[in-house]
Amino acid sequence: MRDVAVIGIGDTKFGELWDCSFREIGIQAGLMAVGDAGLSGDEIDALYVGNMSGGRYIEQEHIGCVIADYSGMARNHIAATRVEAAGASGGLAIRQGYMAIASGLHDIVVVGGAEKMTDVPDQMSMAIQASAEDQQWEAIFGATFTSLHAMIARRHMHEYGTTREQIAQVAVKNHKHGALNPKAQFQREISLEAVLRSPPVAEPLGVFDCAPNSDGAAAVVLCAVEKAKKYTDSPIKITASAQASDTLALHHRVDICTFDANKIAATKAFKQAKIKPKDIDVAEMHDNFTISEILAIEDMGFFKKGEGGKATEEGQTVIGGKLAVNTSGGLKARGDPIGATGVAQIVEIVTQLRGEAGRRQVKGAEVGLAHNVGGVGGTVVVHILEAI
Amino acid sequence: MPTARFWRENPSRYNLRACRCGVCGKVIFPPRSICPTCRRRSVGKMEDIKLRGDGEVYSFSVVHDAPSQFDMIKPYVIAIIKMDEGVMLTSQVVDCDPAEVKIGMKVRSTIRKLGEDGAAGVIYYGYKFIPAQ
Repeated sequence: MRDVAVIGIGDTKFGELWDCSFREIGIQAGLMAVGDAGLSGDEIDALYVGNMSGGRYIEQEHIGCVIADYSGMARNHIAATRVEAAGASGGLAIRQGYMAIASGLHDIVVVGGAEKMTDVPDQMSMAIQASAEDQQWEAIFGATFTSLHAMIARRHMHEYGTTREQIAQVAVKNHKHGALNPKAQFQREISLEAVLRSPPVAEPLGVFDCAPNSDGAAAVVLCAVEKAKKYTDSPIKITASAQASDTLALHHRVDICTFDANKIAATKAFKQAKIKPKDIDVAEMHDNFTISEILAIEDMGFFKKGEGGKATEEGQTVIGGKLAVNTSGGLKARGDPIGATGVAQIVEIVTQLRGEAGRRQVKGAEVGLAHNVGGVGGTVVVHILEAI
Repeated sequence: MPTARFWRENPSRYNLRACRCGVCGKVIFPPRSICPTCRRRSVGKMEDIKLRGDGEVYSFSVVHDAPSQFDMIKPYVIAIIKMDEGVMLTSQVVDCDPAEVKIGMKVRSTIRKLGEDGAAGVIYYGYKFIPAQ
């Protein structure tokens, strides 16, 4: 297997981008990444695009072709593939690009992720997101995506004594980080009281416990490490790429307070990168809901099971803490255009490892991790990156 | 939802039809053609059974924000129910004040309307749960 590096990154602002179409934001991110890598475009062998539900959000399938065409790469007839795994679509697209280069099949691959969520009413977006869970045996009975996570939160509080306040602190912390990110959807800090008092969505979770509906796109250029120096002085190596699955329905898990796929994917990734959780300096984790981040930091070995809430409350996951989690603001504050999210996480980690994160820079960051979840833990993708 | 997609699941939605793996003995709901643990060894050995309908609340949430087909019943209680047979499923808990629902609360199944296919479409029925007392 060949080593793979990120040599270019790009992302749009996340938010309600009324004046931009799906293809426009896709191209915007792609052009930035290709420009950042200093490519003419002809060097690109293949394109992978993470997208969850073009079919229902904008009534457009065949997303690989859409992006290839509008980025001008259809003229070169490059291989263009859409990748879908609900919320993990972007991370999985990164992994497809990684595997294509590691295998020796391609030298340079562009991986994009995009979603346009605000062209449909909020209630319809909720129905679309429910298709990431078990449509036949959860959603049809009224289990919304938020309510499944709310049941995890309730059970976590019941089993480990995690408090509502500790869970809410994830939102406070990620908004604090988002306030430092000029591309974040929410760039204002929020108080603990504001989270606790926000209108209930699915108790015990309120509006401020949930990532928003967002439009946005992100892209990276991947290249075989042996050729990376030709394009950049600061390639960031992908030292691990791991993926795991689990049951579709939450009720089929033995324990809903742990995502086994988090544990398996992380264990595989740490083994491949030959490092331990304590070696990570900065991490982007899938905080589609506040409770999700608590599960992630526990499941992946950063904190003991049941102590994620306490660790968050103590400030251990803030920039400057033991492990800086979601420096971009995370899905919560940066925004969560579903298919773009996993790619945007890689963009943030690369930005941090290059030392280009400005006011939210983690000092001396050398090793970063990106953790992307599809559905309620049914798919998990973990990448580890290091500056070389 | 297309009618046939709902109709073909009626045995489980109306009568809690499940199955038991003839190899490991585990109860699975809804029924599957193979046991996810025993896989190929379980082919042809899945026994038809029916859940009794008794269980307890494993976790729950009071849902305030939901897709439009639930507008008429908001807020409602959604729960993961642990059935006496050991298997878990997701359903609503009804006929009680949401504030009374607790983890560990005993419940039993009943048949209720789940939804309808638009204003003039077919009505879907299936299980919901009510307090056992």
